[in-house]
Amino acid sequence: MKADEILSIVDKHEGDRGGLISIFEDIQAKYSYLPAEALKVVADATGRSPVDLYAVATFYKSFSLKPRGKHLCSVCMGTACHVRGAPVIGGEFARQLKVTPGETTPDKEFTLETVNCLGACALGPIVVVDGHYFSKVDSARVKQIIKKTRDGLDEAEIKADRRVYLLTVSCSRCNHSLMDPDHPIDGSPSIRVTASSGREHGWIRLSSLYGSFTVESEFGIRTDTIVDFFCPHCHAELKGASACPLCRAPMISMIVRAGGIVQICSRRGCKGHMLDLNGSGF
Amino acid sequence: MITLVINGLEVSVEEGTTLLEAAQFYGFPIPTLCHMEGLSPYGACRLCVVEIGEGPKAKLVSSCTYPAQEGLRVRTASSRVLQARKMILELMLASCPQSKTIQDLASAYGVRQQRFRQEYEDCILCGLCVRMCEEQMMAKAIGFRGRGQTRSIGTPFDIKSDVCRLCGGCIYVCPACQLRCTYTEPEKAICGGCANLSPPCVEKDPFDDMMCYMEPCVACEIDKN
Repeated sequence: MKADEILSIVDKHEGDRGGLISIFEDIQAKYSYLPAEALKVVADATGRSPVDLYAVATFYKSFSLKPRGKHLCSVCMGTACHVRGAPVIGGEFARQLKVTPGETTPDKEFTLETVNCLGACALGPIVVVDGHYFSKVDSARVKQIIKKTRDGLDEAEIKADRRVYLLTVSCSRCNHSLMDPDHPIDGSPSIRVTASSGREHGWIRLSSLYGSFTVESEFGIRTDTIVDFFCPHCHAELKGASACPLCRAPMISMIVRAGGIVQICSRRGCKGHMLDLNGSGF
Repeated sequence: MITLVINGLEVSVEEGTTLLEAAQFYGFPIPTLCHMEGLSPYGACRLCVVEIGEGPKAKLVSSCTYPAQEGLRVRTASSRVLQARKMILELMLASCPQSKTIQDLASAYGVRQQRFRQEYEDCILCGLCVRMCEEQMMAKAIGFRGRGQTRSIGTPFDIKSDVCRLCGGCIYVCPACQLRCTYTEPEKAICGGCANLSPPCVEKDPFDDMMCYMEPCVACEIDKN
């Protein structure tokens, strides 16, 4: 960990009052946890008291002060999943990974955590590993999920995808359709989202043909820059939970109308993408 | 000036006064725990609840954080208020039975039983020590950590704070603990101020029946080492 790396993150959010959570998110994205030294650097740089930083870091469940594993495995313990046997599944994960919820395996591969609701109660019990939803899980499938994750969920899926077909997608936050029939790309309605890169900000249109990488944008984006994508309706960032399997840049996730999630790499020019139709009957 | 009615008595107070200050100024007693003059109101213990409004719209509010409003009708000791207060005290007894302050309040407000699962916490998270440290001692050495069941008060990472001056203010204001001081574990010690006090039980020989309320006794622990 280098202090100047942390400082550059702090500088990025400078003047942003209450930007503490964004700073922590960026630090956590970089190191997978919030190192104690990083908190000290942030405290010095922002002039906040370490007590306040520690209070925020410990309050939110998404922040961890201990190093986390490569794969985050969340077992839903919400009411619907609970009555369908989530505690048994949580116990099975704990037994097989030999950790208790909230802990990381000694080989730093898995972090097991329980969450209170993932909002997909009809598909319960739900387990989410690195942004991949596994629905109607029973204890017999636990071993299979762990094995699949060790093999690499993303790589396995990209290899399997050699299809080209039309997708209808919507925002994962507000569920508004992102389709734009007025501006077809590749002869089919395009996907319109808002993109920002550096100081530039404007629309970007993607081809809705899965497997096509045709893109039109309002402003020029240099190859290899990572672009932030936003929903044009609710302005939520369309950030996915996982990193691109090809270049490790954050993935952009959108909901597929037919069910499931499609993720594309946020790096201009990278062709990392995946379609996750788990639990939707495909 | 704002005119309001407290327990049927029309009173006037300056703008910005809280209901608690108004009631206390006019001599209506309201018990408090997390309130202290000189510290910002926090509204954590809810012991200072009063009833405002009329009829079906009447509601309970914490008087220490509620500003006086023109024409407000306040009842500081209605049966609803007394009932709520008793329940709050009962819950506090359930979590922190060894606190002298809570015991005294419970006895004063006629709480004779405790129907909940008994716990033995040494903190009720009233935040007095946190505010004392920040607002009066200008240190910000301790703060809240975590949330929900695991919420606690202490220094970041449980390491002795650089900005702590061992003033002992946090212990002085604490209504719940005789044990916040953890001098016997120097790494975790919040203040270590007790090391500067004369041991309370050294001269207890002349008082055979005197009981030391500190358990484990700091002085005795030091003596043993």
